[in-house]
Amino acid sequence: MESADFQPKIIGFLCRWCAYLGADLAGTSRAKYPPNMIPIRVMCSGRVDPTFVLQALADGADGVLIAGCHPGDCHYQSGNYRAAARYALLLEMLQQFGIEKERVRLEWVSAAEGEKFASVVAEMTEEVRRLGPLRWNRTEAVAP
Amino acid sequence: MDKLKFAVYWAASCGGCDVAILDINEKILDVAQVADIVLWPIALDFKYKDVEALPDASVDVCLFNGAVRNSEQEHMARLLRAKSKVMVAFGSCACFGGIPSLANVSTRERIFQRVYQDTLSTTNPDTVFPQTTCPVPEGELELPEFYDTVRSLEQVIPVEYFVPGCPPPVDLICTALDAIATGQLPPVGSTIASEKILCDECERERSEEKTVRQFKRPWQIIPDREKCFLEQGIICAGPGTRGGCGARCMKANMPCRGCFGPPLGVRDQGAKLLAAMASLVDSEDPTEIAEIVGQIKDPLGTFYRFGLANSVLGRVKP
Repeated sequence: MESADFQPKIIGFLCRWCAYLGADLAGTSRAKYPPNMIPIRVMCSGRVDPTFVLQALADGADGVLIAGCHPGDCHYQSGNYRAAARYALLLEMLQQFGIEKERVRLEWVSAAEGEKFASVVAEMTEEVRRLGPLRWNRTEAVAP
Repeated sequence: MDKLKFAVYWAASCGGCDVAILDINEKILDVAQVADIVLWPIALDFKYKDVEALPDASVDVCLFNGAVRNSEQEHMARLLRAKSKVMVAFGSCACFGGIPSLANVSTRERIFQRVYQDTLSTTNPDTVFPQTTCPVPEGELELPEFYDTVRSLEQVIPVEYFVPGCPPPVDLICTALDAIATGQLPPVGSTIASEKILCDECERERSEEKTVRQFKRPWQIIPDREKCFLEQGIICAGPGTRGGCGARCMKANMPCRGCFGPPLGVRDQGAKLLAAMASLVDSEDPTEIAEIVGQIKDPLGTFYRFGLANSVLGRVKP
């Protein structure tokens, strides 16, 4: 099942001020990266409630990318610091759930970093492909 | 008017919810006046076959406490659902999975291995584990099937009302019983508790901005009696927990552990608590942030103490 043709499904929560523009730049500058990440624009990486991440994984995502502004650059002053603290704690908890920490990634991508955005998505896609499908929605999570 | 018919059942629970019903004291006499009890295993000697003999939808209310962890409990949940007009998930275990659903970090195999083999007080040289059937000279014996995953009541059968708490406090039990006795029931799906978070009814002093540089474990601090626990660096589940308990624990100088489950509109109590605790961290340095949140030991057990079954992920990967 972890064959080379497994196409991981990655949900990307992208900050509207930095990472989403970084993704735009990656597009306009014709940077190539795998099509496995489905972007969702959010107002701030601090808006990404850990519930969003859990729900994405539970509903069939193999990985979740959260991308926001570099430290010090948050449009709302401190949203990305909040995201950083939640992410650190979420990683601890996900590992307790048996979910590899490589499946959830937090990255800082500015509006000028199209190349970085492309390489982050490429890198993460490969990493998740290596881990294989998560298939949380098909585990016997609710049925005994 | 005919008397109402009541059933009380316990599944994966400790018995505390049954005792809480008795804690309504003399009010139990009022209940006996308006209602006949048709099943209450902890207090009265009815048999399952008595319940099976009842016509469908002939029991007015069933108070079901405990989570569902084996096939006997699932059978009784389905049976009582068929016999009851109104099903009430009574207590945190029935509502959200409760403490028993923390077993969802493990599996049947690992639990059996631990309980029937590995514990120091166990001698089991023939590796005997419980079986669902067992032939003996007199015939075949049956035991319920032990499931891998503990479920809340609502994950097994439709439920009309929820009375949370570990155990539910007396005033909420009385509210629920009065509503049933007078027939003035709230909309189906209601939780008989507050719609606000616990912090809204907590009387402790708090400042505008909460900041924490060190999360303290109980042995590291004697809590101040007046001040918000979170501001003292003590993990308190208030921000992610439904109110309605009267902040009993906080009045006894104990932080909230979350037994009333998620507040209205919150899908996942653990994720909410995780976000709330992480947001207290007063640092902008990644290494320091990691160090501070690392002081929270066992985030899964702390944030899902009463609700792992009902959480978004439901259980640990088997």
